[in-house]
Amino acid sequence: MRPLWIVAAGIGVLVALPAQAQKSSADAIAEYRKMLEDGNPADLFEAKGEALWKQKRGPKNASLEQCDLGKGAGVVKGAFVELPRYFADTGKVQDLESRLVTCMATLQGFNAEEIAKTPFGRGEQDNVTALATYVAAASRGLRFNLPQLHAEERRMYEIGKRVFYFRGGPYDFSCASCHGEDGKRIRLQDLPNLNKNPGDGIGFAAWPAYRVSNGQMWGMQLRLNDCYRQQRFPYPGFGSEATIAVSTYMGVNAKGAESIAPSIKR
Amino acid sequence: MTVMLIHHPTKIAAVITLAAAISSCSTLPSSGELDQQAVATMKASFRDQGIAKVDRLNQDLGQRACSSAMAPSDEVAKRIESESVATIKWPAGGRYLGDWREGEKLAQNGRGMTWTDASAAPKDNGANCYNCHQIDKKEISFGTIGPSLWNYGKLRGVKDVTDAAAAPIVQYTWGKLYNSKAYAACSNMPRFGHMGLLDEDQLRHLMALLLDPKSPVNQ
Repeated sequence: MRPLWIVAAGIGVLVALPAQAQKSSADAIAEYRKMLEDGNPADLFEAKGEALWKQKRGPKNASLEQCDLGKGAGVVKGAFVELPRYFADTGKVQDLESRLVTCMATLQGFNAEEIAKTPFGRGEQDNVTALATYVAAASRGLRFNLPQLHAEERRMYEIGKRVFYFRGGPYDFSCASCHGEDGKRIRLQDLPNLNKNPGDGIGFAAWPAYRVSNGQMWGMQLRLNDCYRQQRFPYPGFGSEATIAVSTYMGVNAKGAESIAPSIKR
Repeated sequence: MTVMLIHHPTKIAAVITLAAAISSCSTLPSSGELDQQAVATMKASFRDQGIAKVDRLNQDLGQRACSSAMAPSDEVAKRIESESVATIKWPAGGRYLGDWREGEKLAQNGRGMTWTDASAAPKDNGANCYNCHQIDKKEISFGTIGPSLWNYGKLRGVKDVTDAAAAPIVQYTWGKLYNSKAYAACSNMPRFGHMGLLDEDQLRHLMALLLDPKSPVNQ
C-alpha cells in the first residue's frame, strides 16, 4: 500500500497538467518514468533472465550458475558495474553481453558465433538480453568502478576514446558529434555528454533499458548498434572490439556514477 | 603479473603471448600506435549492411584530422577549409533560391543514408535541419547542436536576394550547405552537396527557407 500523501500528490500533478502546456518533454518523460517505477516492464525481462541463469540448457544441459562475470564463478551482484574488464581465459576485455555469450558457449555448449550472428530480439540473442537485464539488476544502486589495472584494459580505454571521436560516413559524424558537449539536444531529446561522467543513472549507467516507444528491451550492444545506424555508419558486429572499446571508455568515464539499470526510456 | 604465468601456463605459445602482454603491462603503446590500432579496430568491427558499406569508414583528410578531442593545427585546418572551398559547385544559372515550403519539408525530414534506408539517392533524403537547429519558431521540437537559424536572412539584412548587397551572404549560405567544412574545418554539420546527400534543387529550397524574405523564418 502506498501512503495516502503520495496519492494526493499524484492528483495534484494531474490537476496541474493543463496549466503546464509548455512543460518540457524531459520533464514529461521523467514524470512518466516515475509513474512506471513500480511497474517497469524490464522487470519481466529480469525475471526471465534469472530463470535462464538457473535453468539447465544447451547441448551440455548446464546452467550458467558457474559463469565467471569477473568477480568469480557464480558471483552476479556487483559484476555489472565492473564491466567491461579483462578475462584471462579468453585473453580479452569483454562487456557483459559478450561475456554472457562466452559462458553460454563454455558452460552450456552453445555456438558463440551463431549467437553473435543472430539478429537482436531473436532466439538466443533475446535470451542474452534477458540475462544481461538480470545481471545488471543485481547491481542496481551500486556505483561504476571498472578495473583499469591490466594493460589490455587501459589499452581498450585508449582505443575506445579514439573510437568515440572517429568521424566518418556520409554525415561526418562521430559519437562526439552528439555526445561531446553538455546540455545539447536532438529535437527534444536530451543528449548526455559521454566524454566525462554524465552523472548517476545517465548514459552507460542506464542500459539495459526498456524502450516504451517500441516496447523492446535493449542491452548496451543494441543501444550502440542503433547509435551507429543513426551515425550513418556500416553495421557494428555484436561484441566487436570497437563496441567493447567504446563501452570501456564510457564505463571508465562513469566511475562513481550510480547504476539504475535496467531503466525505462522513451 | 608473473604470478599469473605460474598458475596458468599451458602451451609455449600462450606463455609467449602472455609474456608479450606482460612486458607491455606498465607501458601502453605510443599515442601514434594507438591511433593506428584504433583505425584497425574500426575496420575489423563493422560490416556492410544495405546501403551502408564499410567504405564509409575510409576517412578523408578532414574526417581524420577532426577525429580527436583536440582541434587540428591551424595549418591543417586552413588546408581542410581551402580544399573544401574548392569542392563547392555553385548553382546552375546563378539561381540560388527555390521554394521555402519545400525547404521546410526537407528541414523537418530526418531520414536518409542509414542501413535501414533502401536508397541513398538525394530524393530519398531529408535535410535533418531541425534535429540540430531552431529554424521556424513555430516548430518547438528542435535540437541545439547547431545555432538558431530563426530570422536568418532578416538578421543579416537580406531584403532582396537578387540585390548585389545580399550576394556575399547568399553565396556563403550556399557554400555552408554545400560543404560546411569550407568555413570551419571540423564543423559538426554534414556536407550536403559535397557528399551527394541533397541535389541542387533541394539545396535551393533550403536556401529559400533561410533567406527568402517571405519565408516564415524571416517574419
